[in-house]
Amino acid sequence: MQALYDFLLGPFVEFGFMRRALVACLALSVGSSTIGVFLILRRMSLMGDALAHSLLPGAAVGFLLGGLSLPAMGAGGFAAGILVALLSGVVARYTSLREDASFAASYLTALALGVTMISLRGSSVDLMHILFGSILAVDDLSLLLVATTATITLVGMAIIYRPLVVECFNPGFLVAMGERGAIFHYAFLALAVLNMVAAFQAIGTLMALGLVLLPAIAASFWTRDVASMALVAAPIALFSSYVGLLVSFHSDLPSGPSIVLTAAACYIASLLLGARDSVRQRLSRPAHLHG
Amino acid sequence: MSAALSLRDLTVAYERHPAIHHVTLDVAEGALTAVVGPNGAGKSTLLKAVIGEVRKVEGSIDLAGRGRAKIAYLPQVSDIDRGFPISVLEVVLLGRWARIGGFGGASAHDRHEAIHAIEAVGLRGFERRPISTLSAGQFQRVLFARVLLQDAEIILLDEPFNAIDARTTADLMALVQRWHADRRTVLCVLHDIDQARARFPDAILLARELVAAGPTAETLSAANLLRARAMAEAWDEDADACLRAAD
Repeated sequence: MQALYDFLLGPFVEFGFMRRALVACLALSVGSSTIGVFLILRRMSLMGDALAHSLLPGAAVGFLLGGLSLPAMGAGGFAAGILVALLSGVVARYTSLREDASFAASYLTALALGVTMISLRGSSVDLMHILFGSILAVDDLSLLLVATTATITLVGMAIIYRPLVVECFNPGFLVAMGERGAIFHYAFLALAVLNMVAAFQAIGTLMALGLVLLPAIAASFWTRDVASMALVAAPIALFSSYVGLLVSFHSDLPSGPSIVLTAAACYIASLLLGARDSVRQRLSRPAHLHG
Repeated sequence: MSAALSLRDLTVAYERHPAIHHVTLDVAEGALTAVVGPNGAGKSTLLKAVIGEVRKVEGSIDLAGRGRAKIAYLPQVSDIDRGFPISVLEVVLLGRWARIGGFGGASAHDRHEAIHAIEAVGLRGFERRPISTLSAGQFQRVLFARVLLQDAEIILLDEPFNAIDARTTADLMALVQRWHADRRTVLCVLHDIDQARARFPDAILLARELVAAGPTAETLSAANLLRARAMAEAWDEDADACLRAAD
């Protein structure tokens, strides 16, 4: 029993950095689950990933100005994400380029620019830190940032939830009602970028969306109601964070990839065994329903 | 008779090519009007311009002082993501948007009215069903229920009878006739010329420009339809800029 306790809880009881990492991931999980669900519903999963990558040059500017300072890199990353989202939207709107292609062009430019800027002054260790995160180095300030992000996200999503749902499935209706759908779209993107900034400290820019998207995708195999998907996604994210950190600690693996791989395992399990449209459902041949 | 909708020299363009241009017409209060024309004639664009979904390049749209709350718009089914996880009741309740807005909650009375509208379109018991499980005809009934709940003075319907069975068409057409009897102004984009002639007292014939408007029998004459087809086919990608000035 003691061995089990030592294995499952020991690292978090004994080490402060593990406790802080866990709390950061838990806050991130709760806040970002609704963001992940709406990224899927808006068919923006890959665009979201591109957006996460585009934080890099902003973080690099922050790094060049303030070194490995989270407020500086976070503010730079947030500004870069918003700029790329707005520019991609404007280019897609005023040219014949589709928005996904516009995002791809923006993020590739941003990623190359960011890596170049960091290489000018930093070491490869700094670059690895920004690309893959360092959740075990989460300090009190980072924790405050993640907790604030989670709070803003939950309150913000509660406010824009209804217009956002309509904007997703019937944008013309909002226009007919005299609402400006673009406002809700960009408010959602701003919240998404905020979550990516919070996630990139923990998991890095390359995998920032792992803990946002994978639990939401897994949840889509268990329920098809928007609110329920968020309610299922959050515990999957929480579970992935806890197990990922534990695996990272005991196996001496990097924490970010461990968390994302655990979330990926949840996705694969849901894909195979989920209650809706899973492989199990497709293969089984249930009797037809009456009525 | 006063006009519920007046268009003056209206031009709407995509990438500088007009979808409709220099359209001037009046739709009388309480009129039941079919909007007819060949493919690509700008019929849907006309409705979208009225609700503000596409911007006009020039000209004016006058709704006799009405705000958006007085207009109901039923889009083409292809404009809606039917795979979205939302229930029939939630979609119909959107008809109360003008009263509830984006941030309010539906009252018990709103729910009661929404359920009543769902029953009125023949979908009793479908309230909790996700829209992804509905047939094309059932989904069109849901959209009509939403329009019912909106209780609007001007109703714009974009191809409401496309790809649905005869029974559903008859049921929904009966609703349209009821709106007309209530003196609401209805504009309905149609492909079926015979249906327009049989059911709609007035018609607008478009071919990116206004071909004719007025009583259906005169508007949809063989000569006008032939002219409309010829005008719609005359598409020139490298056309010079339109020189017709606004009045």
